[in-house]
Amino acid sequence: MAQAHKYGDNIDTDVIIPARYLASQDHKELASHCMEDIDKDFHAKIKDGDIIVAGLNFGCGSSREHAPVAIKASGISCVIAKSFARIFYRNAINIGLAILECPEASEKIDDKDIIEIDFNTGVITNKTKNETYQAEPFPEFIKNMIDKGGLMASLKEK
Amino acid sequence: MGMTMTQKILAAHANLKEVHAGQLIQAKLDLVLANDITAPVSINEFERAGFNKVFDKSKIVFVMDHFTPNKDIKSAAQCKQCRIFARKFELEKFYDVGEMGIEHALLPEKGLVAPGEAVIGADSHTCTYGALNAFSTGVGSTDLGAAMAVGYTWFKVPEAIKIKITGHKRKFVSGKDVILYLIGLIGVDGARYQSLEFCGDISQLTMADRFTICNMAIEAGAKNGIFPCDDLTREYLKNRVNRDYKEITADADAEYAREIELNLDEIDCTVAWPHLPENAKPASDKSSKEIKIDQVVIGSCTNGRIEDMQAAAEIFKGRHLAKDVRGIIIPATQEIYRECMKRGYVEIFLDAGCVFSTPTCGPCLGGHMGCLAAGERCVSTTNRNFVGRMGDISSEVYLASPAVAAASGIAGHIEHPANLK
Repeated sequence: MAQAHKYGDNIDTDVIIPARYLASQDHKELASHCMEDIDKDFHAKIKDGDIIVAGLNFGCGSSREHAPVAIKASGISCVIAKSFARIFYRNAINIGLAILECPEASEKIDDKDIIEIDFNTGVITNKTKNETYQAEPFPEFIKNMIDKGGLMASLKEK
Repeated sequence: MGMTMTQKILAAHANLKEVHAGQLIQAKLDLVLANDITAPVSINEFERAGFNKVFDKSKIVFVMDHFTPNKDIKSAAQCKQCRIFARKFELEKFYDVGEMGIEHALLPEKGLVAPGEAVIGADSHTCTYGALNAFSTGVGSTDLGAAMAVGYTWFKVPEAIKIKITGHKRKFVSGKDVILYLIGLIGVDGARYQSLEFCGDISQLTMADRFTICNMAIEAGAKNGIFPCDDLTREYLKNRVNRDYKEITADADAEYAREIELNLDEIDCTVAWPHLPENAKPASDKSSKEIKIDQVVIGSCTNGRIEDMQAAAEIFKGRHLAKDVRGIIIPATQEIYRECMKRGYVEIFLDAGCVFSTPTCGPCLGGHMGCLAAGERCVSTTNRNFVGRMGDISSEVYLASPAVAAASGIAGHIEHPANLK
């Protein structure tokens, strides 16, 4: 039972994890401050497996890897957005946070909708509304990287 | 089919004759960079993956610039971790307090980047070095940790937006105004995944202007920004870069996703209002005077160069900050700091009621040296005005050039320098 938590366009890395917490590398501590500047209840309300649904350019701003780390450590299983900023996109893949680009899902999913995702097919099912949306599947090379267990693992294999 | 400047550099580093937009390539790197926030995460990943050597100890740069001189015990521990790693692997380019500067001002100053080179940095403003006709872009710490070990990384070859510069720069207008104007035009995702390739009459823009413009390419979502070489570039590189380098020009038949003409005659001093860099308005906008401010910050990787210090000093000379406004001036490197002393700028800043700090990223990201309290407002020459960027979530950052920030500090509200008495 993954619940959707909905946000707008241009969610930047400074609100995902404010720089005042970057002196820490502790995943739990980072998670405890995730999104707090735009949603102070975020940490308390997220249950393991929940998803974030957002608009355009999610993760814009700084290159801090602490941003996808904080989201993942919060228990979020996937971020669905209309589009992602490029450094965030790379970072999420590298650390193993699932992300899907799907403008239709981003528009139609409402806050608190119950969502199911099939990562093999890219099909997103909205159980609350009885709808399905097709996300863009990962390109082949990224699938390979994820299959091997992320960037570092794929390099070690060589 | 022709290639853009970025595509040519990527092709050369991927050992390919030709690349096209969208192609996935593996490219060799000439330099990899991290700072005191991102290097520790890279080091952890590097060690966890079990690597026991770096690809080239002369091509890894660590700069301790974000929370330095260390603001607290945790940030001191992060620097210590970098220091231990740098010693263990004998990194030749480790810049600690005393010789460090803000990374994106320091690397060009030290001659570490030359035309045609490919650079990645675990810092989003790594795109600054496009001003030197190099390909450079920001990545995360895991990418950087992997690159420290193997010396290459993967890229998706970007398509480009061609930005043609025409006209003449007006008085008080600088590179900051040009890039804020451009971001206002195309939006914070206007160049997402793309490169911004500048051309036309670039002689109107000083090297400092070009560094500032490329620095903020990321604020339009771009992968990188890049200028061609001209006499100003060559003059800048003289006495800094001794190795051979190859100047890169775009092919005449290169393809662009979009072309935009930037007529400098039409660009005035520009301010980006909270909470996105795309909220650009002319500094002379009527509403500006209603924005009473508590602080000005002049510095950062965007605007901490000697030209920026000069622009601020010319405004502050013989003037004083308005009552209740705090002025924080941060030269980006030790060399710039020293030059400010030689030229008498420090005296001018102190006479105006400002503080003059050692180089640090400090307040730009709400780290230290000038965080804002609830409801406070700052005109800042930094690069981001997101919610909570410089402190409390109800504080506000207005992005501007050094001249506008200085003029605003004196007036007590956002002000165009031409309006000062």
